[in-house]
Amino acid sequence: MNSRLTKFLPWLVVGLLALFPLMESTFYLQLLTKVLIMAIFAMSLDLLVGYTGLVSFGHAAYFGLAGYALALLAPKYETVSLWWSFPASIAICALFALITGMLVLRTRGIYFIMVTLAFAQMLFFVFHDTKLGGGSDGIYIYAKPTMKLGEMELVNLEKLEQFYWLVLFLMAATYMLLHRVLGSSFGRALLGIKVNEHRMRALGFPVFRYQLASFTLSGALAGIAGYLAAVQYGFVNPEILSWHQSGAVLMMVILGGMGTLHGAVIGAFAFVLLQEVLSNQAWFGIAAKHWQLAMGMLIMLVALYLPQGLAGLMQRFGRKPVAEAADD
Amino acid sequence: MDFAFFLIQLLNGLQYGLLLFLVASGLTLVFGIMGIINLAHGSFYMVGAYLAWSLSSMTDSLVAAILLAVPLTVILGMALERLLFRHLYQRDHLYQVLLTYGLILVFEELRSIIWGDDVHGVAVPALLNASIPLTDNLSYPVYRLAISGVCMLLAAGLYFLIQKTRLGMMIRAGASNRDMVQSLGIDIKLIYTLVFALGVALAAFAGMINAPLSSVTPNMGSQVLIICFVVVVIGGIGSVKGAMAASLMIGLAETFGQVLVPEVAGMIVYVLMAIVLVWRPEGLFGKA
Amino acid sequence: MISNGLPPSPLPEQGGNLGSLRSQAVTGAPILRTRGLTKRFGGLVAVSDVSLDLHVGEVHVVIGPNGAGKSTLTNLLSGDLPPTAGEVMLEGRDIAGLSSDQISRMGVGRSYQKTNIFLPFTVFENARLAAQSRTPHALRVFSQAEGYAEINQRAQAALAAAGLEHRAQRIAATLSHGEQRQLEIAMCLATQPRVLLLDEPLAGMGPHESQRMVELIKKLSADHAIMLIEHDMDAVFALAHRLTVMVNGEVLESGTPAEVRSSPAVQLAYLGGEELLHD
Repeated sequence: MNSRLTKFLPWLVVGLLALFPLMESTFYLQLLTKVLIMAIFAMSLDLLVGYTGLVSFGHAAYFGLAGYALALLAPKYETVSLWWSFPASIAICALFALITGMLVLRTRGIYFIMVTLAFAQMLFFVFHDTKLGGGSDGIYIYAKPTMKLGEMELVNLEKLEQFYWLVLFLMAATYMLLHRVLGSSFGRALLGIKVNEHRMRALGFPVFRYQLASFTLSGALAGIAGYLAAVQYGFVNPEILSWHQSGAVLMMVILGGMGTLHGAVIGAFAFVLLQEVLSNQAWFGIAAKHWQLAMGMLIMLVALYLPQGLAGLMQRFGRKPVAEAADD
Repeated sequence: MDFAFFLIQLLNGLQYGLLLFLVASGLTLVFGIMGIINLAHGSFYMVGAYLAWSLSSMTDSLVAAILLAVPLTVILGMALERLLFRHLYQRDHLYQVLLTYGLILVFEELRSIIWGDDVHGVAVPALLNASIPLTDNLSYPVYRLAISGVCMLLAAGLYFLIQKTRLGMMIRAGASNRDMVQSLGIDIKLIYTLVFALGVALAAFAGMINAPLSSVTPNMGSQVLIICFVVVVIGGIGSVKGAMAASLMIGLAETFGQVLVPEVAGMIVYVLMAIVLVWRPEGLFGKA
Repeated sequence: MISNGLPPSPLPEQGGNLGSLRSQAVTGAPILRTRGLTKRFGGLVAVSDVSLDLHVGEVHVVIGPNGAGKSTLTNLLSGDLPPTAGEVMLEGRDIAGLSSDQISRMGVGRSYQKTNIFLPFTVFENARLAAQSRTPHALRVFSQAEGYAEINQRAQAALAAAGLEHRAQRIAATLSHGEQRQLEIAMCLATQPRVLLLDEPLAGMGPHESQRMVELIKKLSADHAIMLIEHDMDAVFALAHRLTVMVNGEVLESGTPAEVRSSPAVQLAYLGGEELLHD
């Protein structure tokens, strides 16, 4: 693949995706919207797992928190303005990530995995056990947020294709933002920390601060996805911050190939479509009810035989292996 | 709070803590010795409870059910170690997380297919179905005391096994120096299989004996898993002593929390964990 | 030194005459000094009551048998380990117990006995990251990393000083062992330290590479304070202005190479100096 093509490929993909509503298929448009939201979520986690070397198993906490923030900020039967509810929800996620980050980043390795999971679960119980977020039933978001400039409505989120375009725009914006950030001095330092944390310290990098910044940014980006998901579903319940969700997004990151942004997007596509196919009753009949069995087995197979994900698979068949190429 | 009431809560807290210890000790041993993070550990607890329910409804006896089920869970543990976990020892934690997450989904669906999604109850064995009166209207169930006793016996056995036996010596050596053990010609693979099976059996056994106290529910595995993670984080990875101390601490904190401050009881264990993380990130008994 | 009509400065200006800097520093106060430095691991005393001075313009070599506590001493000075007792003064400020990144930013650079680099990165990126650690704007998140001419220059200069400029685009993992050792030093230099702690930089190097490294250290000693841990006795006596012998965590003898060589305690410990010279 030449580098010119690689550079323009993402734009080509976004352009093609932008044309999708012309297909006029409500079902597939909603499905694709969900895929794009998950792609944002997966990219946010990839920043931690693939670029900072922090395996978080509680990332759904930030995703779900943004959804709850929207549901709680919105008046019950009226619409809320996207202009302030969106940044407010993201800010709440960033703040929560900052606080939890200060605690969880005191640990490493297995501890880190367990502690991130435990804090996510804490949030789960907060919403599940108290009346704050409607308990286990959750909260309905009856009216979608509005996006007005003065009196003019910019985007009507009730309209599926307009919501889709907003999601697509935010997905592309997240991709670009992360692309920039990861190529910056800050991003390079994160990669350095992932590869050799000890050496980064010895070189004078305040590792904790870098990790905390990455953790916070990652939480905020997960919040973007969570906000959009809450808008799409029209309700939030504790399930959206359950650890099944954290596991699913981790699977997306690894399935696509961690440490590559497009891998996270591909992983989200593959995972959501897989979920859709496996639970398709028309195809699998009664077995579709137990689609998680097949999904679980697939996840295990990926963990055992596809550690570099689909991106690694393509590389294996498409090109000279990296190690070989580096050895001149 | 009068004394009898306090005593009941104290006993409940200890009993809950001891039960947690059974589950968490296997988790911490597997962490400490093999360096594996096993998210599916809670599933073994769930499997134990469902086995106790289905076998006791067949045999009409919980004791018979347990006697039948324990060997089954040992075999399950050995099979899982040989077929799956063995491939993970040298791998990044990330893949251990992914594989064991997949394993949870498989266990949950198999449970749903085999046993359905209903909530079940298990009868207390007739022999232990009695109460010790404390005051006119307060009494304490014998079965809970029996559970605590059994847990303490097992904990003592575990201590003896690890500190005093040759197998325990190998386990401890394996935890501190894998290469040394291998160079002594000790079959480390066999030790791993045994330790893993022991952990599975302990967790499942905890699920079995607890079945009559709390109902047998589909999501019981993940609940206990998270609490056990908190136990391991507080106690320190790989420390059985730490697991015991943290289990009791959490058992008591949660029990008394539910009585004294029911609104925030669910949060108490996490607050405890946060305090330990600030104060001693490596856990109470962990190596710094 | 007198420029623009200003009165003579009491301190040499940056990039000024190195010769004058050297003579001034050696006679002046040490840039880094330890007093009573001690590290215990449980019951084991790894470093016991060590006092030594490092001066700009001097190479202070620490020798001793394996397990004498030399690497632990380095770790105490660099902040990789906190000392149990004693003080480490950097220009009059006690830095004992500070974290390694803090100490590094204060101008103490170190290399590791076991090569400790970023294996998957290019040689240039290794040096560039090291150079980047010195910029106050490290948290700039949008401008691309390679866009800072000053950082790139510093990285290039460090690679050139270590003799690696022709390898800049190679992946670090594909370098030879000796080249990786050179990169280790280059990274250290790119952080522009005033104090250099070099833990066996010659280990595993061929004779040609060793010679080169000795020349480099000699050159660096003009405007750095260097603590060097080394087993290669030819290199030790070629470089040392001051020599400290450690045994069992304690300082056995410290002084000029000639003093140490003639010390009865060292003679005794090393069986007539045979082992000292051919360790």
